[in-house]
Amino acid sequence: MSAEDNAKKGKGTVFVRMEVCKGCSYCIDFCPTHALDFSKEFNQKGYHFPVLNRAEDCTGCDLCGLFCPDFAIFGARWKDLDEKRQQAASQVEP
Amino acid sequence: MTEATLKADPKGVLTGVHFIDGDHAACEGALAAGCRFVAGYPITPSTEIVERFAARIPKVGGVFIQMEDELAASIAIQGGVWAGHKVMNVTSGPGLSLMMEHLGYAAMTETPCVWVDVQRGGPSTGLPTLPAQADMMQVKWGSHGDYEIIALSPNSPQECFDLMIKAFNLSEEYRCPVFLMMDEVVGHMTERVNIPPADQIEITDRKWTKKKPGEYKAYATTSDDLVPEMVKAGDGYRIHVTGLTHDERGYPAMDVPNQAKLIPRLLNKIRNNTEQLLDVRMDGCDDADVIVMSFGITSRVATAAIEAARAKGLKVGNLRLIICWPFPVKLIQQLAEKVKAFVVPELNMGQMVLEVRRAVEGKVKVISIPHPGGTVHEPETILEQIIEAAR
Amino acid sequence: MSESLDLRLALAETELENPVLPYLRQDRIPHIWCPGCGIGSVVTSFAEAVRRSKLDRDKIAVVSGIGCTGRVAGYVDFDSMHTTHGRAIPVATGLHLANPDLKVVVFSGDGDLTGIGGNHFIHAARRNMNLTVICVNNFTYGMTGGQVTPTTPSGANASTTPYGNYEYPFSLPFLADAAGATYIARWTSLHSRNVTQSIEEALKHKGFSFVEVISPCTTLYLRRNRLGDGVDTLQYYQDNSILKHGADTRETAIDFQGKMLVGKFVERQKPTYLDAVNATCAKLIGDDYQLYGKTPPEKEAEKKAAAKGKKKAAK
Ligand code: SF4
Ligand code: SF4
Repeated sequence: MSAEDNAKKGKGTVFVRMEVCKGCSYCIDFCPTHALDFSKEFNQKGYHFPVLNRAEDCTGCDLCGLFCPDFAIFGARWKDLDEKRQQAASQVEP
Repeated sequence: MTEATLKADPKGVLTGVHFIDGDHAACEGALAAGCRFVAGYPITPSTEIVERFAARIPKVGGVFIQMEDELAASIAIQGGVWAGHKVMNVTSGPGLSLMMEHLGYAAMTETPCVWVDVQRGGPSTGLPTLPAQADMMQVKWGSHGDYEIIALSPNSPQECFDLMIKAFNLSEEYRCPVFLMMDEVVGHMTERVNIPPADQIEITDRKWTKKKPGEYKAYATTSDDLVPEMVKAGDGYRIHVTGLTHDERGYPAMDVPNQAKLIPRLLNKIRNNTEQLLDVRMDGCDDADVIVMSFGITSRVATAAIEAARAKGLKVGNLRLIICWPFPVKLIQQLAEKVKAFVVPELNMGQMVLEVRRAVEGKVKVISIPHPGGTVHEPETILEQIIEAAR
Repeated sequence: MSESLDLRLALAETELENPVLPYLRQDRIPHIWCPGCGIGSVVTSFAEAVRRSKLDRDKIAVVSGIGCTGRVAGYVDFDSMHTTHGRAIPVATGLHLANPDLKVVVFSGDGDLTGIGGNHFIHAARRNMNLTVICVNNFTYGMTGGQVTPTTPSGANASTTPYGNYEYPFSLPFLADAAGATYIARWTSLHSRNVTQSIEEALKHKGFSFVEVISPCTTLYLRRNRLGDGVDTLQYYQDNSILKHGADTRETAIDFQGKMLVGKFVERQKPTYLDAVNATCAKLIGDDYQLYGKTPPEKEAEKKAAAKGKKKAAK
């Protein structure tokens, strides 16, 4: 399995800007499918940040993104992501 | 500085000869200068200005709102400026005291606006219907921190009209609050006011930028022009305006280097132009032994006293400040080389006289003629002091 | 770091950005708010609401006063003014009246909006001024260190009520309703999707629209009252908010750690301040009146309607 297929186990995924996360844990505690955990690593400011440990459970609902007070995470559905990529690709090849 | 000079918009100009009081004339001056938005709050003896504005503006094209208090009025107008309007703030002493924080905001954010203070006796509620000139220091120093303003002082309804236009033009040129320091007598005195045709009234346009969004920095200046260019909300510049110490982009930057850059610029854009901002009327000062310095309504009484003194053979100069702030320090210093004494009558317990003393540095006598307000000086009181000074 | 995480990070950089970021002054992020502070969540909802509303963002201006919420104006990438304490609404009124094409949004905290700025709040609501006011209500003055505000529940501890608050608090929806606001909603920062929807509705509403968002001040209010961390508070919101659209605003008071009504309480139509100005002046001044604040097509339509009316009268 390629890395991408592996990541695509769930319906969606999250994107984390770990450098601006302040570790409040809202995304982790209020994720409806409990797909996130805290990282073992610290970011530069000394906070643990979320990692998608159960990718198969992530639905890409973006509730984490709406809760996050620090604009540090957002979720998206693979379906939408693939569409966006295709669009981007078709724009590149004229 | 290179501001575009325009002609007044005829819609706001009530050309002709009128018999109106200073408050009404001031309102006409504002309309002629292009003021189309006023957020007001009534206070004696200034209220006629906003009443007239409220009555006139629907036909001129603009809007008036009476706010819930002076705090709201003095800052709502500044919102109006950042949406592109020319605005004025009208009040008297007690209201002015409430507005002081927003004087600082206008100075800090470089929001061009005109502030009209129809002075009455104070402190506190004081003498609501009677005159004084006792807010002269308040406008200069009343808001916290260091800042500079410009203040003009009319002595007739005609000057309320003329100087109001000048006040608007200066506020655009220097992007600072400009005061029209009226008083109850000037405000309520009815005289002939000649309003010229619109094409004879010169208007200074706002210092609009020609830069595009992205290139434009809200508070960027050059070494030979300390006044930044302006934009307005809604034009795609996504400006940020804050009363916090800010950098060239207008973003909060609360540190020593930014404070050290911003505050001197706010002061120097006016201080460096004190010469250009010299506006006085001088009569018989060249060979005078005594100079009477006055401003506003007091200058009319002083003139009577000066004429009486001259009739007695005394050499008395008449110096009237049109622009009181910035104070003409250099001019006073030059005159101090030639005269024996200055006499300073004013409707307060001695405010602008402090500036004269500061300028002459003890070289010549400076005689204050204070007055607690409520009426004007008796010419005889001034005459006595002139005679005393000439000895 | 796992391979899949790497991939996602790469994706984030190359193809996609957080949908909120285009609405922020990215050079000013990270912001100053504490970990878990609800203000950032409300900003996210606001950005999302603007995106969905499809309004021209360059015709939206954001105004705030002083305090933690007062900093919003500095972080969002719109025309914005950060004003003096309590005076965001007068500034917004000035912006709006001077250019009625602007949609002006006020972001304000409970102390700023209803303490020092309370007079402006009720009068703008009374006039049905066409503004959107978003209040992040965290029951405390955060920036100055956790003092009591007009919304602090009775009994709650604040740095200036160290023995508990003995005052009666405002219920903001009730206050806004009594003063004349024409759109009123309350949510908590947990109700992100509802907040987003309410802000979108508020942006499109004509008149004074008010959205209150109960939100955690993790550093001061929660700590001082031993209420745990932000997660505990969001959990409290989840367990204790009762959805009741159209609720009588007299029932919206909040007791210390008690139940809270949330929902869209009020939505009604009433002429705005400028509508009233135009209607009155047009009637009394007649043809000399210069309609204020109407877009050219609106003015055209009104002229036509007036001409038709005259013709009919002539017949
Ligand atoms: S909600 Fe945001 S700030 Fe809080 S832990 Fe998650 S990513 Fe970090
Ligand atoms: S003090 Fe309170 S309101 Fe202010 S940023 Fe921190 S958590 Fe937020």
